[in-house]
Amino acid sequence: MNFERIKEKLEILADAAKYDVSCSSSGGNRKNKNGGLGDSHSTGICHSYTEDGRCVSLLKILLTNHCIYDCAYCVSRKSNDIKRAAFTVEEVVDLTVNFYRRNYIEGLFLSSGIFKDADTTMERLVRIAKKLRTEHKFNGYIHLKSIPGASDEIMKEAGLYADRLSINIEIPTEKGLKLLAPDKSHSEMIKPMGFVKNELILYKEEKKIFRKVPKFAPAGQSTQMIVGATDETDLKIIKVADHFYQNFNLKRVYYSGYVPMLEDARLPSIHSQVPMLRENRLYQADWLMRFYGFQANEILEKSNPFLDLEVDPKLAWALRNRERFPVNINTATKEMILRIPGVGTKSTNKILMARRFQNLNLDHLKKMGVAVNRAKFFVEFESHNIFTKYIDDQNFRKIILNGMKSKFANPFSEQLTLF
Amino acid sequence: MTTLLYDGSFEGLLTAVFEVFEYKYTEVDIVSFSNYHQENIFAQVHEVVTDVAKSERVLNKIKINLGSEGISRLLLVYFSEKPVAEKLVLSAVRHSLRNPGKNILQDFGNDDILDIAKICKSVGREIHRMHAFVRFEKLQDEVFFSKIEPDFNVLPLILKHFKNRYQDQKWMIFDLKRHYGIFYDMNEVDFFYPDEIPTKDFRKTENLLHEEEVAYQKLWQRYFFKTNIPERKNLKLHHQSLPKRYWKYLTEKY
Repeated sequence: MNFERIKEKLEILADAAKYDVSCSSSGGNRKNKNGGLGDSHSTGICHSYTEDGRCVSLLKILLTNHCIYDCAYCVSRKSNDIKRAAFTVEEVVDLTVNFYRRNYIEGLFLSSGIFKDADTTMERLVRIAKKLRTEHKFNGYIHLKSIPGASDEIMKEAGLYADRLSINIEIPTEKGLKLLAPDKSHSEMIKPMGFVKNELILYKEEKKIFRKVPKFAPAGQSTQMIVGATDETDLKIIKVADHFYQNFNLKRVYYSGYVPMLEDARLPSIHSQVPMLRENRLYQADWLMRFYGFQANEILEKSNPFLDLEVDPKLAWALRNRERFPVNINTATKEMILRIPGVGTKSTNKILMARRFQNLNLDHLKKMGVAVNRAKFFVEFESHNIFTKYIDDQNFRKIILNGMKSKFANPFSEQLTLF
Repeated sequence: MTTLLYDGSFEGLLTAVFEVFEYKYTEVDIVSFSNYHQENIFAQVHEVVTDVAKSERVLNKIKINLGSEGISRLLLVYFSEKPVAEKLVLSAVRHSLRNPGKNILQDFGNDDILDIAKICKSVGREIHRMHAFVRFEKLQDEVFFSKIEPDFNVLPLILKHFKNRYQDQKWMIFDLKRHYGIFYDMNEVDFFYPDEIPTKDFRKTENLLHEEEVAYQKLWQRYFFKTNIPERKNLKLHHQSLPKRYWKYLTEKY
């Protein structure tokens, strides 16, 4: 193997793939029953973390960054003057296997520029996955990008070898997409997504009847939206995400704060900041929908379509719905305990278990790991809680914020630190 | 006050727990021989002889009251090697006997139970970190070798994970701190206690590497560098997720 040449390609094609934020290896359930290589954990494993704090779980590369499209937000767009490279099928397989054997990665995340038509590109991705599974008995995680416009036959084959399939809708609105990526349309992107969704349902049905059905993308589908490249509101983003969760059974929607890297009149200036705090708030909102039982329309209202950057969306909801508090931690339902600011899903479960043994108070919550600096204002228990009186205070929001300041020095703050 | 001395094994610990009830001791301190340094002049010393029949009875009781999940939690506490481990195991058994039919490990309002939950969390986190941060180097004899220095004694707890994962290659993981390892020979995994070989011989592997090893390490380091987004730099998060004490053996952070 020519390691020098491979190194050069790897540098180009990893660099081009890094803006895809998804790196999760969860949901895979392939077990090493064939004496082969690899075994998947349903929770996934992050093998390392880069200096931007993101997890490195998969070997995330493009097969090639040659592309016939000219999407304004993408570094690999046709008109961008950059170094181009392409891996061979064997090279990708060799890198994946050798990285996996050294326990660097959980598997492969393979995407590609569209170098010819959709089917040719997709077919090449599938060939790599197939080679790994059949020739190398590879049971690690494989995430393949679905290429917009790929045919049903090829998507079906992709699902047989991949654990997860994803297609990035990139820009939440059709209007924004038309502006930045004139060659693309949402309908083309949604087509393979719809096909995979139906196959997954079919697979589930068959599984009920037959004991042995070949696996079909066991870790499901995901998508990604770029945040801050066009002028969409948070409400719009959340609605789109909710739509995909509801109608396409997506496992994850990722939000990627736009990193300015290209000069283009249609895009934010190259000197603008990455909207990391906004991205963070969107993820919090996403979690509220997926794990905390919130509806999309509870998180944001039409009159106020942007998430509060100062407080997290759960606290913001509590501040708007003060009449629902305080909540009695010894008697309240799970649904309501989940809505107390500062109480996460794990603490919720602990509270529910522990209160069968004894009545709980603030001290117990603190020891269990609840963020009492927020929670204390919203809970009640058998003894008197001096903090609940602040709920009706005009300056309630300020009081809470003051109590949070010391601990939550914001890592995304644009304020420079002195030391 | 009675000090119960046991041999440091889990069975020994459970035997000691059994004898606490057998001899109706109330104020006790269970200590392993290797951690027993100073005699407490006020304490009466009771030497425990590990008895599988007794430890089995305790184990069965735990299983009935707390399920096999309960056993594995107490095992995590034992492998944490914390000075309070013995006290917590005894406390859990006592608490469980007083509350038959209840899973007292869920009584998070109880301080000892909460401590057990915390220790399980840290040991569990260490196990997860070892699943993630073990880095194999391919040696000339085709064995994939890895050195670790985990905070807790987790080798026995990560064995199965690596056995499932790497079935078609020989591998060894060596704990430099506790001077023992696990070795898989494509057939089964064995514990490996190289008493006569000094630890420093396991630290130095440069001369033993397979000819292509350095090239793959280089590729991984370059990948790691290139997949980072400099515009999003967040070192606080980086250090929080990848604590510095693990960097020593991480190929990408050499």
